[in-house]
Amino acid sequence: MKRWNLALSILVALSLLLAACGQATETPVEPVETEEVAPPEPTQPAPVTPTEVVYERSETLYVSGAAWGPPNDWNPFIAWSKANTTGTIGLVYETLFMYDPMTAEWIPWLAESGEWVDADTYEMTIREGITWSDGEPMTAEDVAFTFELGQQYAALFFSPMWNYLDSITVEGDYGLTLEFTDPLYQEFANNLLNIAIVPEHLWAGRSEEDITGGMNEDPVGSGAYLYETHSEDRNVWIRNESWWATDLLGLTPAPRRIVDIRTSSNNVALGMVIKGELDLSNNYLPGIAELSSRGYVDTYFAEAPFMLSANTAVLFLNTTKPPMDDPAFRRALAFAINTDDIVNIAYAQLVAAASPTGLLPSLSTYVDQDVVDRLGWTYDPAEARRILANAGYVDINNDGFVEAPDGSTIALEVTCPFGWSDWMEAIAVIASSAQEAGINIQNVTPDYGAWNSALTDGTFDMTLNNWANMSNTPWTLYNLLFRHPIQEIMGSGNFGRYDNQEMFDLVDALAAVPSDDVAGMQAVCSDIQELMLTDVPMIPLWYNGLWAQFSSSVWTNWPTEESAAPTLPTTWSGYWQLGGLMTLINLELTPTE
Amino acid sequence: MRRYFGRKILIYLLTFFLAVTIDWLIPRFMPGNPVQNMLSRVAVHPEAVEAMRGYFTRAFGLDVPVWQQYLNFWAALFHGDLGVSVYMFPQRVADIILRAVPYDVALLLPAILLSWLAGNKFGAYAARTKWLDNTVLPLGYTLTATPYMWLGIVLAWVFGIVLDVFPFAGAYSYDLSPHLSWRFVGDVLHHWFLPFASLFLVQFGGWAIGMRNMIIYELEADYSHYLEALGAPRNLIRNYAFRNALLPQLSGLALQLGVIVAGALVTEVVFSYPGIGYLLLAAIQNQDYFLIQGCFLFIIVFVLLANFAIDIIYVLVDPRTRRGMTGETA
Repeated sequence: MKRWNLALSILVALSLLLAACGQATETPVEPVETEEVAPPEPTQPAPVTPTEVVYERSETLYVSGAAWGPPNDWNPFIAWSKANTTGTIGLVYETLFMYDPMTAEWIPWLAESGEWVDADTYEMTIREGITWSDGEPMTAEDVAFTFELGQQYAALFFSPMWNYLDSITVEGDYGLTLEFTDPLYQEFANNLLNIAIVPEHLWAGRSEEDITGGMNEDPVGSGAYLYETHSEDRNVWIRNESWWATDLLGLTPAPRRIVDIRTSSNNVALGMVIKGELDLSNNYLPGIAELSSRGYVDTYFAEAPFMLSANTAVLFLNTTKPPMDDPAFRRALAFAINTDDIVNIAYAQLVAAASPTGLLPSLSTYVDQDVVDRLGWTYDPAEARRILANAGYVDINNDGFVEAPDGSTIALEVTCPFGWSDWMEAIAVIASSAQEAGINIQNVTPDYGAWNSALTDGTFDMTLNNWANMSNTPWTLYNLLFRHPIQEIMGSGNFGRYDNQEMFDLVDALAAVPSDDVAGMQAVCSDIQELMLTDVPMIPLWYNGLWAQFSSSVWTNWPTEESAAPTLPTTWSGYWQLGGLMTLINLELTPTE
Repeated sequence: MRRYFGRKILIYLLTFFLAVTIDWLIPRFMPGNPVQNMLSRVAVHPEAVEAMRGYFTRAFGLDVPVWQQYLNFWAALFHGDLGVSVYMFPQRVADIILRAVPYDVALLLPAILLSWLAGNKFGAYAARTKWLDNTVLPLGYTLTATPYMWLGIVLAWVFGIVLDVFPFAGAYSYDLSPHLSWRFVGDVLHHWFLPFASLFLVQFGGWAIGMRNMIIYELEADYSHYLEALGAPRNLIRNYAFRNALLPQLSGLALQLGVIVAGALVTEVVFSYPGIGYLLLAAIQNQDYFLIQGCFLFIIVFVLLANFAIDIIYVLVDPRTRRGMTGETA
């Protein structure tokens, strides 16, 4: 007995020790990692003192809402994972231009200037005096090298640019001339905003695998922040004290350190932001309207919709299935959906109803109001019933729902992934308001995987999607709505397989309008809208918000509608170059009383 | 002895083979395509998406027939290669799991051992002690019948939100970077306590109840009555009863291991504790075949090894098993 007890207690003691050590010795893996993978360049300045392990609150900005998974890579060419290391493009690597969606203004960034000298030639000058964080200067060679990676590797997102880009010539240290044949101006402009420039001296020797799918640990970029450390639930970035823009443009972001947290749930984020432990939350938090009105948190607008609009939630209709193949049915459905209930009930006023064109308020220049007045729709069940009756949809069997003109019953499903609570409530509204208008639609919520394959394989009836983010051009939205050609798998647009060559030609024509030709873009957009609102291939419903709630307990001067030059209060990937970085630069430490 | 362990090892190997095969099979029955899920968020030119899909399908080895994927899987497994995660691309599954395992070990080992030890001691003490029996018995039954996840949520709510004395998410605070200091170790233990407590309490209830019943049974056995008749002191009789009652509790532990591990998985999800359970949930939600396989593989290996360890301990503590193996008759 005694021996047995002794053995057990030793075991327990050991296990406790193991537990304690397991924690203590396992976790420091990350800082060690940083030291190990630091590139051996002799010029590398020690960016971080490794002794700094407790973050000073007055130097640290806590943000959340960008990452939905653990940080996996810092490779600016793995486009879909950047949300999880949101600073990779924008904080560490930078783009040639920035764009301010509030003023529709292009801001030369790494590029000092760039212009089309004729229809097929684009000349660009890189700013002199930019250095990589390892001390090497950035030159036009780096830019040419980055662009040419797309020519070599088809798996890079910008490689289709090389279908119309013929050559890049480097002139001197900072000049570049790009020669095109029939360039797609809109897409090219979008690329200038989205391709992160990488240093040739560190990327030139890498293999295809490394470039298209490498982790790129301890990234060396040109941006305002440096990678410091990470763990499963956070990214930590530290200010680059020798950032070029401090010298050249007089810009310095206020927080010395950014801790980007992946909160385990929205409730955790909400609790933290109310307590002031989180400075900026970009999570969707239901009920913010109430908390904002009572002053617990701050939002961009003091009143509904509280948030800026980030993207459009569109109801895609599968046009290959009856009755969604009938434009009259689709139009009737557009009148049948009670968007007000989605805005007021499902979202408690955190969003705004969308224009029938689907274009964000920031792109309203391109909305043809005349077309909208003639062909647009609002919630009107009587009108929906009238259109249905005119097109031959009547209730034959008296079950309260219309049957198709050929007498077959209509039973449709509207879907969104399970767990996306706001969308789940929205599709419930869609289903119930359609039922009231006599269309039998049920709301169904499959798992994300099943939902996604139904979406891309085209087996759904109707479903919500919002994969076109805020952009410099309406082409981004139309590229989602009318993606073509129609293929077996529609992975990233036109999920309803709306097949109309006239529309495809218009979208292609828009892509080829120079991006400074606003009148030319408006003309094409107006044609697109005429066709879109006549045919109703999909129904834009509401604008998803640029979710942002912030606390001024430590940092202040957040952008609101009252700011002199508001920027976007967001840390989402892809938004740093749309004003997210400027928000950091404008921040100030809240004075302590 | 050799035959006994030979047979045991054979059975364990067979179990391992079957479990791993099922582990490989199950994620592939899920609807959807992981590469498509991964790429569907890249809003670029369709040509680029096509090129990317082809490239990554090849990179994950999903472009070969299913039977070949299965053979490749075993071949890679023997090289210690669990593949590349889809959800956490481009990280390797083995690295991800190795990072998560310490958290599981830190939760499971103390919870299993301490609850077994404390539960048995306490159960033995409670048996035939009127007032303890009346209070502990219902409490123990309630605890052992509580689902791990539910108790976890209750603890998180009471101690994390109402009383606000323990953090209920993550492994350490956001304002700390891992390092060796009292502050950091304290912080880690602070985060560790609630998930540990919910595992500990549920199991504690089970062992206490089990031991209490066993002791009562043993005290009614002939040898106890005989000792009593000889005038042996009460403590001595109870000690003998305790030793005999431990054996079924030990086999009970072997049987319970799977349930305990499953409990740890959901507890980690409740507390966002970055162990295998938390990882597994994300892997399933993102249809990450390779990560799901890796997580289950770890669980399989852990449960089998633990069972094996209990087999060995059993031989050590029960002389009858030893004698049975060497051919002596009991």
